[in-house]
Amino acid sequence: MMSKHDFIERNSMVLLFFILIVVAIGGLVEIAPLFWIQGTIEKVQGMRPYTPLELEGRDIYVREGCYLCHSQMIRTLRDEVERYGHYSLAAESMYDHPFQWGSERTGPDLARIGGKYSDEWHRAHLNNPRSVVPESVMPPYAFLEKTPLNYSDIALQLKTNREVGVPYTDDDIANAKRDLEAQVNPDGADAAGLQKRYPHVNVRDFDGNPKEITEADALIAYLQMLGTLVDFSTYKADAPGNNR
Amino acid sequence: MQPDAARSKFRLDLFLVPGFLILGFFVAVYEAAQSPDYRMVIQAWTFMVCMAVAGVWFLRRYGNGVPEDERGAYQNDVIKAGVIAAMIWAVAAFLVGIIIAFQLTYPNQMYIASLPYFNFGRMRPLHTSAAIFAFGGNVLLATSFYVVQRTSKARLFGGSLAWFVFWGYNTFIVMAGTGYLLGITQGREYAEPEWYMDLWLTIVWVGYLLAFLGTIWKRKEPHIYVANWFYLAFIVTIAMLHIINNLAVPVSFMEVKSFSAMSGVQDAMVQWWYGHNAVGFFLTAGFLGIMYYFVPKRAERPVYSYRLSIVHFWTLIFIYIWAGPHHLLYTALPGWVQTLGMTFSIMLWMPSWGGMINGLMTLSGAWDKLRTDPVLRMLVVSVAFYGMSTFEGPVMSIKTVNALSHYTNWTIGHVHSGTLGWVGFVSFGALYCLVPWLWKRQRLYSVQLVEWHFWVSTIGIVFYITSMWVAGIMQGLMWRAYNSFGFLEYSFVETVQAMHPYYLIRAIGGVLYLIGTLIMFYNLIRTIRGDVRGAEPIAASAAAAAA
Repeated sequence: MMSKHDFIERNSMVLLFFILIVVAIGGLVEIAPLFWIQGTIEKVQGMRPYTPLELEGRDIYVREGCYLCHSQMIRTLRDEVERYGHYSLAAESMYDHPFQWGSERTGPDLARIGGKYSDEWHRAHLNNPRSVVPESVMPPYAFLEKTPLNYSDIALQLKTNREVGVPYTDDDIANAKRDLEAQVNPDGADAAGLQKRYPHVNVRDFDGNPKEITEADALIAYLQMLGTLVDFSTYKADAPGNNR
Repeated sequence: MQPDAARSKFRLDLFLVPGFLILGFFVAVYEAAQSPDYRMVIQAWTFMVCMAVAGVWFLRRYGNGVPEDERGAYQNDVIKAGVIAAMIWAVAAFLVGIIIAFQLTYPNQMYIASLPYFNFGRMRPLHTSAAIFAFGGNVLLATSFYVVQRTSKARLFGGSLAWFVFWGYNTFIVMAGTGYLLGITQGREYAEPEWYMDLWLTIVWVGYLLAFLGTIWKRKEPHIYVANWFYLAFIVTIAMLHIINNLAVPVSFMEVKSFSAMSGVQDAMVQWWYGHNAVGFFLTAGFLGIMYYFVPKRAERPVYSYRLSIVHFWTLIFIYIWAGPHHLLYTALPGWVQTLGMTFSIMLWMPSWGGMINGLMTLSGAWDKLRTDPVLRMLVVSVAFYGMSTFEGPVMSIKTVNALSHYTNWTIGHVHSGTLGWVGFVSFGALYCLVPWLWKRQRLYSVQLVEWHFWVSTIGIVFYITSMWVAGIMQGLMWRAYNSFGFLEYSFVETVQAMHPYYLIRAIGGVLYLIGTLIMFYNLIRTIRGDVRGAEPIAASAAAAAA
């Protein structure tokens, strides 16, 4: 073996070639099949792409680095299911570019935070986390409700998402701006169109300030839908296709 | 070794490198003028300043013909620059680490409520990128350029190409770091920089590969030395990981924001394939290259086993790539991938320890030097930390252990035993060797100060990792604790509260580690200036420095 290795050591391009082969194999075997094996993503009822406002909220979630302290992945362990709810399915993050499963729980998991607290609680908590949870170590995000949401490129954002595989329709993209504004205005005329395009959408003024659409509106709208889409009454965990 | 004659000859690099700097500058001018996104405008201006600095520096260096440094046997100035950059970035990275450690300990005092820029979520990537890519990256650039020249008996390939790599890489660092504070991130751990920075890094990395490989092509030794195998594997694999993990579509070429090409479960797998091999190839293979040159050199012993280096090199790079899924155990990732990831992670223990054994046993017959030479001791202790954390890693990747350890501070402790103990100490050891060699000093300014650095930082690491072990295991046990009625015993926030004393101990450990680094900074600066601390016996360090 040593004499054969001698040849590799004397020829840099042979060395380079073998390194490339050797380091490519693991990734090919583990990643490539995930794109064609049928059961990788479960078939579920209720998943839909994010509304424009939720998508903006998600951008803020990513921008502020929330994923560094909060996971969005409930593991298949008894205590986690009891603490947070049904374990996370792959289908629930299939429209997430990028995924936000996280790796650390300095704070609790947020995969099913939607609907667990009121908007008012979220506002107080974002403004000063220790006003509602005295032991919290979370940073304050008081600037969110003071910062108007910049959504001038929202149609473009939906379009980019479609390019990477999220099934937004032409209709969704054309109405992106109107849908975003409609989601914080329950009395407006456009709410019906929004609800038709995005079933089970929360339509209300999330930040308690009807005069302005702020970053707090977007982030709270996102948090309030997290984990609420999949209809678990029709999901059969024991079905052979879901046994992965 | 045959130094080139002073005759001037056509040098392609002197056109290409400024060409890239000017091109980069004007792309940034265009972005600054056209972008509606204020964050992009700030980034473009930052880039313009970096390009201008590099350009002015380039004119001053090459304006009056080929500098002395590029006519000798080896090109050393770019290595000196890398050494100084690494020293500065080390202090910055550890300082930010301490700030965020105190943010978790005293949240009421450590945040500015009205400003987003210094919140934990923006500062944490600043810390990790500064430590891994700025400090670690510059150490790798400097040492790899040093080692490849000496072991190939050839001057660096491409003349000013190495300088393009140095300036280009550090520009990337500055852009990424300032970008995080502005909230520019892809939201992928250890791959936070956005699409345009990724493109720039790709260009720089191709330059790096070319400079490194080109020097090997020029070598006057028939064999490629083992350290260079590791450096080459690091450069090539990081290129592959970087490109695939950062595939994304920008919202527009005038905006910072992009959306990743993959989503959900596939994206998670790609990201941790990348993430774990940033550890495996950036923080391990690259630094093993350092070990394979600096430990034998400093101990004045040959590498323990040639056969072992072959076996552990190929098995290490083959197996590492498979280990990513251990970051995703019990998640929505299909079970077969989880099992594969766990299996290979456990197997990884063996090639890792192959490297450790090869490093440690190189001291056979020279163990006595550990008493007298604190630099060698630092290098050897780094290898011991490498052995410890590469044992801990496979243990944590066992599914039942991971059920407890995942999402907890145990992971943070594990990472830091590797980074502070292994990567940090092997880097410090290399810097202590390199500075007297490069600046042609008889010895370090003070060996006593190296002793202080060693002990203060070692105690810092012990504070750090022991507190995080206790914190992590406690966290994991509290999350899954049930009371006698069958209900969960603790609310989540009780587990947060329980972390407080350990967060404090961890922060103190970080402060000690930074103090050690500042001692090194002072010692190396004095060495560069040519000072020698009079009161000290010369013995050990002079002998080693003369090597």
